[in-house]
Amino acid sequence: MNQTISNEGQRDIPGMFAGLAATTKRDLLLAWKRPGDVLNPLFFFAMVCTLFPLAVGPSAEQLEFSGPGVLWVAALLATLLSLNALFISDFEDGSLDQFLVSPQPLPMLVLGKTLAHWLTSGLPLVFVSPILAITYRMPLSVVGVMMLTLALGTISLSLLGSIGAALTVGLHRGTALLSLLILPLAMPIMILGANAVSLAATNDIYSTGIWALGAYAIASLSLAPYATAAALRISNE
Amino acid sequence: MWKWFHQLASPPHFYRISLILAPWLGISGLILVAYGTWQGLFVVPMDYQQGDAFRIIYVHVPSAYLSMMAYMIMATSGAIGLIWRIKLSHAVAAAAAPIGAGFTFLALCTGSIWGRPMWGTWWEWGDPRMMSELILLFLYFGYMALRSSIDDTTKADKASAVLALVGIVNVVIVHFSVEWWSSLHQGQTVFKKGTMDADMRIPLFIMLIGFTLLFGSMLLRRIRTEVLYRERRTRWVREMILSPGGGA
Amino acid sequence: MTHKLSGDNLTLIRGERCLFQELSFALESGSLLILEGRNGCGKTSLIRAIAGMLSLEEGTVYWDDVPVERVRQTFHGSLVWLAHRTGLKGDLTLVENLGFERLLRAHSSQDPEEVYERLGISRLKKLVLRSLSAGQQRRVALARMLLSNVPLWFMDEPFTNLDREGRVLVMELVEEHCSRGGMCVMAAHQDVEINVPTTRVKIQ
Repeated sequence: MNQTISNEGQRDIPGMFAGLAATTKRDLLLAWKRPGDVLNPLFFFAMVCTLFPLAVGPSAEQLEFSGPGVLWVAALLATLLSLNALFISDFEDGSLDQFLVSPQPLPMLVLGKTLAHWLTSGLPLVFVSPILAITYRMPLSVVGVMMLTLALGTISLSLLGSIGAALTVGLHRGTALLSLLILPLAMPIMILGANAVSLAATNDIYSTGIWALGAYAIASLSLAPYATAAALRISNE
Repeated sequence: MWKWFHQLASPPHFYRISLILAPWLGISGLILVAYGTWQGLFVVPMDYQQGDAFRIIYVHVPSAYLSMMAYMIMATSGAIGLIWRIKLSHAVAAAAAPIGAGFTFLALCTGSIWGRPMWGTWWEWGDPRMMSELILLFLYFGYMALRSSIDDTTKADKASAVLALVGIVNVVIVHFSVEWWSSLHQGQTVFKKGTMDADMRIPLFIMLIGFTLLFGSMLLRRIRTEVLYRERRTRWVREMILSPGGGA
Repeated sequence: MTHKLSGDNLTLIRGERCLFQELSFALESGSLLILEGRNGCGKTSLIRAIAGMLSLEEGTVYWDDVPVERVRQTFHGSLVWLAHRTGLKGDLTLVENLGFERLLRAHSSQDPEEVYERLGISRLKKLVLRSLSAGQQRRVALARMLLSNVPLWFMDEPFTNLDREGRVLVMELVEEHCSRGGMCVMAAHQDVEINVPTTRVKIQ
């Protein structure tokens, strides 16, 4: 207890990627302790996929034709559902304050959180989707394409959604508002993903959609964390 | 130049300038729109393909153009407010949003009415421009909803500016993705950009200028009320209201 | 090495109300700054503004005579924040919570066990924080503060949820920290008597 304070500024601060790794690790640990938060969106995804045949009829051609679209819309809605909670607990328990006064760059902390969100929401969706795709009579070769589009698309959705989650954190009507803000922004991702899968199903050239989704993911990886960080600073004022 | 800009950014100064400018813009806009309407409805000859239906472009095109223009203004002034902390520019963004949403709605309505004789349906999902415009309307709704759900004005200004900036990046992507999408599903005939005769084009040009002037006038009036509301505690507002004939 | 934290001409307007105006202060190593005032008078806003979480209407906060926005990382690397909302996760254990903090900020070479012992929380190490009382959670937050090796402590209402013993402990810790050349900014609505050079800022 009798050491002297030897801080010379930033000498002892862990490096830039430490913040990213720290928040990713912490959020994964939290998800591990609360598996329900990970499973609920997956059940939601499966249920939305069940609703469509019940509503439009079970004929094989119709399911085959609408499968890619239905799966993509369901994935979009499931991701949106899980995004709502991205910053709320951090806001309520004061973790956000700790982020804001930490020497780590806020965009990196945010990126870490978003990465953990993708690992616990987008990635499970990618792995659950083949089961549902097969019930929609999707050929196996197309299932692979669909998994690829979902993997790329959900990265962008997580990143884009984190901006909306940051803007609405702490607001009373946050949930409904988040959907209103994010859905129009997320439309291009769904257009690219669902149509690439449809093209693959009809043996057309689908690579345009995949490349565009990849470009979108890279662009949002490099830009979205800054927007989210700015939004969090504003929301936490 | 910089000094002039700073002076304009001071609310009282802006208030006085806009008080003079708004009616002039409004009147000249009205005259141009009236002239353009008369030309468009009665003077311009009928289109050999579309008949009289095409005349709606004299409303449709200017409102579609202003719907995007208003979004640009909203996003740029939001960015200026964020970066240089100029309060007036946040007021501009707040004032531009409902007008922009209004023009977007007008563009969608006129597009739909035009679509009826052209496509035989009120709404054609396959048309990329209609889709982009619809998504733009949703973006406006999101922007206004975010603004209205944050009580603190300063916070609402900043948060909505971030949203508008994210939106403007996305508008471009929306445009291209929708273009790509509709190229995949081309069943119906999509509008072809036909060449226009000069006597059709000139009234359109006049309408564009007239609409823009009217838009400017509306924007100035809305900014003025916005500024009055935001500055309601300040001395200059009180003095102006208490002065004889003030508040006009 | 001594440090200096100062604020010049700070003004903050929140919605309709002007919380404080043209407020200035200066704080050197080894001393304590207390922000006093009734509940809801804006002392929390002031301490948040000094820590860089709220943007000020006017005025600048300086760390070692440099505006903090220019040395944000150094400044935030030199401070630790303790408030009513502790920033600890209820689902994680004490060790997991503090482990996260160790990844973000410079930490001291002290043995954590010693610190836990002193704060009376060593037997709670394996429990998730949700199962602890508010006062115990508060002590965990104090442990986080002690384990980080930084000169500047920010404490927003540090005495809430603590019993008498805990309050004395906080005062002792602040005293020790200041005597070792640290500094502390505290927002409090009670009268605080700590035996270190103290500057008081009253907010109306």
